Amino acid sequence: MVKTPRAGEPVLELTGVGKQFGAIRALHAVDMQVSSGEVVGLMGDNGAGKSTLVKIIAGNFAPSSGEVRFDSKAVHFHRPVDARAVGIEVVYQDLALADNLTAAANVFLGRELKRKFGPIALLDHKAMAARALELFGELRSETRPHDLVKQMSGGQRQAVAIARTRLSNAKLVMMDEPTAAISVRQVEQVLSLILRLKEQGVAVMLISHRMPDVFAVCDRVIVMRRGEKRADKPIGDTSPEEVTALITGAKEAA
Amino acid sequence: MGLPMESPISFANVGQARWWQRGLFASQTGYVAVALLVLIVAMNFASPYFFTEGNIQNVAKNFSFIAIATLGVTLVIITGGIDLSVGSMMCFSAMVTSMVMTGLSTPGLPGASLFVHIAGDGKTVVANIPGVILLISVLAGLGTALIVGLVNGFCIAALGLSPFVTTLGMLSIVRGLGYVISNGRGASPAGPDADYFYALTSGEVSGVPAPFIYLVMLALLMAVVLHHTAFGRHVFALGGNEKAAELTGVSVVRVKIEVYVLCALGAGLQGIIVCGWLGSAPANMATSYELNVIAAAVIGGANLAGGVGGPLGAIVGCVLLEVIRNGLVLAQVNSYWQQTLVGVIIILAVLVDRVRSRMI
Repeated sequence: MVKTPRAGEPVLELTGVGKQFGAIRALHAVDMQVSSGEVVGLMGDNGAGKSTLVKIIAGNFAPSSGEVRFDSKAVHFHRPVDARAVGIEVVYQDLALADNLTAAANVFLGRELKRKFGPIALLDHKAMAARALELFGELRSETRPHDLVKQMSGGQRQAVAIARTRLSNAKLVMMDEPTAAISVRQVEQVLSLILRLKEQGVAVMLISHRMPDVFAVCDRVIVMRRGEKRADKPIGDTSPEEVTALITGAKEAA
Repeated sequence: MGLPMESPISFANVGQARWWQRGLFASQTGYVAVALLVLIVAMNFASPYFFTEGNIQNVAKNFSFIAIATLGVTLVIITGGIDLSVGSMMCFSAMVTSMVMTGLSTPGLPGASLFVHIAGDGKTVVANIPGVILLISVLAGLGTALIVGLVNGFCIAALGLSPFVTTLGMLSIVRGLGYVISNGRGASPAGPDADYFYALTSGEVSGVPAPFIYLVMLALLMAVVLHHTAFGRHVFALGGNEKAAELTGVSVVRVKIEVYVLCALGAGLQGIIVCGWLGSAPANMATSYELNVIAAAVIGGANLAGGVGGPLGAIVGCVLLEVIRNGLVLAQVNSYWQQTLVGVIIILAVLVDRVRSRMI
């Protein structure tokens, strides 16, 4: 396993990042930093620029202006695969799991472990199951590598999607509304999965509408409104009321 | 490893499915296979001729005539696609193979001088190693299938056309081309290598029909590819959640094209084999076979929504269709009932699967 980055080093730095879609200014001069072992909540109403920001970081499209630095190097992604190659993983809202495959198969989808038999490369089922079980163990999720994803609970599915990000030892994991569509008990599980990632020195960006979740796990909260960053505060220095005011625009900036 | 585990995971809250609730036993393929066995036993009582060697050989041969194409279509269906052009493809490949073989064996036709010449007594003599003509003509037939498969795959994967419409168009295009190249007359294999051709396609090895042997080999190969290679994994992933496959870095376009190519190749090979059995490739050969092939795949458990299916299911579906056909003949039931019954079975098989998956 590659060394986990020391807590406190900035992993992701954005300076003056903006994005224009024709005449529409989706994002304007956003500066932000995320450090390893830090959980940052990204909040904002629909259309505030959250997803645009996430998509720029994930390599779905390039910024119109500004600079993205990852691991102290300027990066220019053309496709999501490029972002993944340097250590940025995204857990999508719909989790991007194939229901008809097992947990282990989903974790390794697109990066299967193989064994060579002469010119033929066959899947190494054992190694993949063992590694998947190890990852589920790190996440303290009771998930069997051989179970089909379609038979799993929402929390287990989240664990599978998150385990996938651990496979490559990602340095930054962005989670898009991970708690939007699951039960209360499963929300607990997902939040503890986020804390597990933090323990292991991973920087986490949590994109969420749910105030209690953000206040439960995040160290810092960033509020977006109308394409601009309106606040960037340690969670201890703010309150749900203030964040709500910032999101709705009742308070302009903090 | 990152952090030591505080405690090993216990799985206390997570039950495991029992052996009869997962894998083959819980699949449509599993219980259609059981139904097939019951049917075979019943047939044994219904007709004393059913279990005679001749009849079993006949059944084995007959279902092999659609089963190889069914393997290919199953592959496409697993990805969530469909290929309606297999019937036409069977005919076209058979026709190309026959015409190339005849052409290369007839002195005077372009290219033939490399392979045959006329001896002093006026007979045609093979100019080089026997079997070369056969090899080239079969490769020509499969090559045509490859091209058709590439076009199908390109339109569907790269241009984003719907598989149904693309292959429906291809059904017509390929059938039409068959009429064009043979001027509507069809073609038959001829020349010095024709006997090898018949031996390889409709011969038998110690009582086992050759098509059945090819089928078993291809089915085993397909099982290994589907379950033990990354390509097979991606085929299933595509059918399960295409967007997820794309996001996780599976080269969706490539896998799709490969699947349609393999399907066309299966159909092409099937056509060539059927042509050897018929002794010719008439222009209307295998018309509407795509429906039998898709029916067999669906009865055997391939899910048209994608993500489920396999070679065993394809074979079980084909055998079931053939046993019913054969049984109705032996039981002296009016053979027109066959089609009706096949339709009923398609719906029943899918219905039972629906009921079962709701119960669990």
